[in-house]
Amino acid sequence: MAAGQVQTFYAQIAANRRRSVLLVVAVFLLLGALGFAIGYAYSEDPVGGIVAIAIAFVIALVMTSVSYFAGDALVLTASRARLTNEADQPRLMNVVREMSIAANVPPPKVYLIDDSAPNAFATGRDPQHASIAVTTGLLDKLDREELQGVIGHELSHVRNLDIRFALLVGVLVGSIVLLGDFFLRSLWWGGGRRGGSRRGGGGAAILLVIAVVLAILAPMFARLIQFAVSRQREYLADATSIELTRNPAGLERALLKIGGDREPLEVANRATEHMYFVNPVKKLEARSSGFFSTHPTILERVNRLRTLTGAAPLDARTMAGLHELG
Amino acid sequence: MEVVWIVLIVLAVLVVGGIFIYNSLVQKRLQVDEAFAQIEVQLKRRWDLIPNLVNAVKSYMGFEQQVLTQVTEARANAVAAGAQGPAQQAAAEGMLTGALRSLFAVVENYPELKANQNVLELQEQLTTTENQIGFSRQHYNATVRDYNTSIATFPNLLLAGPLGFSRREFFDAEPEAAQVPRVDLGYTPPSGG
Repeated sequence: MAAGQVQTFYAQIAANRRRSVLLVVAVFLLLGALGFAIGYAYSEDPVGGIVAIAIAFVIALVMTSVSYFAGDALVLTASRARLTNEADQPRLMNVVREMSIAANVPPPKVYLIDDSAPNAFATGRDPQHASIAVTTGLLDKLDREELQGVIGHELSHVRNLDIRFALLVGVLVGSIVLLGDFFLRSLWWGGGRRGGSRRGGGGAAILLVIAVVLAILAPMFARLIQFAVSRQREYLADATSIELTRNPAGLERALLKIGGDREPLEVANRATEHMYFVNPVKKLEARSSGFFSTHPTILERVNRLRTLTGAAPLDARTMAGLHELG
Repeated sequence: MEVVWIVLIVLAVLVVGGIFIYNSLVQKRLQVDEAFAQIEVQLKRRWDLIPNLVNAVKSYMGFEQQVLTQVTEARANAVAAGAQGPAQQAAAEGMLTGALRSLFAVVENYPELKANQNVLELQEQLTTTENQIGFSRQHYNATVRDYNTSIATFPNLLLAGPLGFSRREFFDAEPEAAQVPRVDLGYTPPSGG
């Protein structure tokens, strides 16, 4: 492995950590601003806004704690994942143990999802409390080296604490969306009641407009930030996976194979899609690049891997040809 | 009077610094030992699995006794090399890995063996053990590099020699020893899986 390549990994890890901190700060600021706007608009008094900030933070704190300590169980239950063991899945458990040695993390708990769409995700609050879930389709369709690549990718998420971040961000972003929704709804139903108080002056009206704008924009911004960060994390996890397995071909084949699969995963939804190995919700045609996607396209991921290993990038036509063959 | 104080302070700083250096060296040496113990567990497991595999395939492979003998000998050499230090052991284990590869390549020629559940399970166990040895080795070599660098750099090197911290060997076969003799079986083994 070239020294320059190691540099790339560290640079990506550092950049990713920086983005994580920025995101958490941004989400909290957004939540606070939203709380203040809502509180001010309702009470027409800055004190009311500050009280609302406090309430918003308390809500965020409670939700963060719940997600930190029980989020993994919630996600696994929602995905209908069942715990598996050595006797039931020897190859899978062996691969997980190998890759956890390579990543220098304790072996995580391993769950199975009964679905023929090949996919996987990792969750938990730290490497000591981590779980990996894979679909039965993944086990059926991938060979051993490809499985190593995917498990290496998931264990990178574990080692880099992406899993904690994904849980926390899911809930923080979720709470902003929830608050925004709540405010918009109450504004609709409470519109008549507050009509009289608007006589208080133009200031309150302007604040009300700001509050409405914030309430509309906040959820959009929050989700945009979440998407951008999770895409960087996918690239980093791919890079770390081949650093661990020393076998870029396995992960590349896994990506092409899974990318060519046309089935959507039934148990995945908008709240959990950012955790998966490949976007589980969209069908193949829609797994395209876009401002709103949680995952980069398979082609982008394969080509980033090829750049790291010094191979020539594939073009979309070659990819399509591979799918026909696969 | 002042001179005495200065000397005392300098001495105290040196002693505290020495303690810190000593502790960090002990910790790094411990990490090397732990990493090596992790490899040893996997190596022993592989030694234990091989007789089972040889027994399972023996009756089928009438014509290729030579491959089985090779594996058995390579295993015996590897067990014997266990006491000769990491570099020797790595070389012997490298030979064993090569012999096992040849054996599995031969197994591919026997449809009954390829379908035998017992052989398949042993093959999976040996594959995972070999991978675990490989990954443990990466980890061990990284800790050795860290330890060797730290005893060879200033100011640690002032204390490392007198206190008996010596360089550790990498678990890495010499380039020549890593060259496994190729067994020409007249076909190319399938890649993957």
